[in-house]
Amino acid sequence: MQSVQEYKEGIKHGIPIFTGYLAVSFAFGIAASEKGLNVIQAVFMSLTNVTSAGQFASLDSIKNQVSLFELAFLQFIINIRYLLMSTALTQKLGKEVGILHRCLIAYGVTDEIFALSVLRHGKLKPSYSYGLITISVSGWILGTFLGASAGKILPAIVISCLGLAIYGMFIAIIIPPAKESRAVLGTVLGAMGMSFFMTYAPIVSRLSSGFRIIIITVVVSMIAATVAPRLEGDEK
Amino acid sequence: MRNIYIYIMVMALVTYLIRVLPLTLIRGEIKSKWIRSFLYYVPFATLSAMTFPAILKTEGLYFVSSMAGLISALFLAYCKKSLLKVAAGACLAAFVVQLVLLYWK
Repeated sequence: MQSVQEYKEGIKHGIPIFTGYLAVSFAFGIAASEKGLNVIQAVFMSLTNVTSAGQFASLDSIKNQVSLFELAFLQFIINIRYLLMSTALTQKLGKEVGILHRCLIAYGVTDEIFALSVLRHGKLKPSYSYGLITISVSGWILGTFLGASAGKILPAIVISCLGLAIYGMFIAIIIPPAKESRAVLGTVLGAMGMSFFMTYAPIVSRLSSGFRIIIITVVVSMIAATVAPRLEGDEK
Repeated sequence: MRNIYIYIMVMALVTYLIRVLPLTLIRGEIKSKWIRSFLYYVPFATLSAMTFPAILKTEGLYFVSSMAGLISALFLAYCKKSLLKVAAGACLAAFVVQLVLLYWK
């Protein structure tokens, strides 16, 4: 019964992800249909990949018929941040959580689901993850479907504004802990500053966004871990 | 023309392997205090880098409009509003500013 409770909580906590994903995947659906994918292909991609940046980036590769290796490499670079996230998640799961659960949880490692999972109090229960995944992936698929089939009926300005939803959600996740802890605040400001620099500075600005994000994550988290190591029991 | 479904399956496979390997291979607790600290800071660094400056470069919006969205989100998050309210506030603020600017031009 406890797992039913956990599942319901996951669903409830995932509602903002649902709406954020609805907006972002709506934009993805429109882009996909413009680049020549039909509705079924767009929805199939959302169902099997569940990754915003990777899916958006793939559209041009598919349109240009690049080699499968090039596409695989691009996805690897853009999505390698999930490697860090999955590693962080292993520390939230109990040792008793079996391989089948781990394989299923892995399906839903996205920036947003990861953020909610890793900041959950105590150990992460698989049923909570399944709740998050159910609601989030529903939004992701529904938005893709609507965008690919009927995207053009919405005015462009509404779609652009809906695109801000996902960033709003990120900000809502990082700001409250940054208020409580100076180390987190430093991490947030450091990562933002470095991201700003790497977006506009010569040479480094040519890196893909996925690659930029992983460099920043590794460098800033390493500095934070060295300057402000966490004490045992700090983890909530 | 190569089959689009093959492209999609290759993408899905690469992405899934990245997600599943650490979760299945790392079973125990990592003992090193430094690595644990590092992993604790990862989500904050990643989300910050993904948000900024990307939020200011939203396609189809004026810089000022996305700035309005950013500031609203920061303010609402600072007041500890829920994820949904912060996200909705950012969209709404950008929408209003964008409409005003479009009307002016």
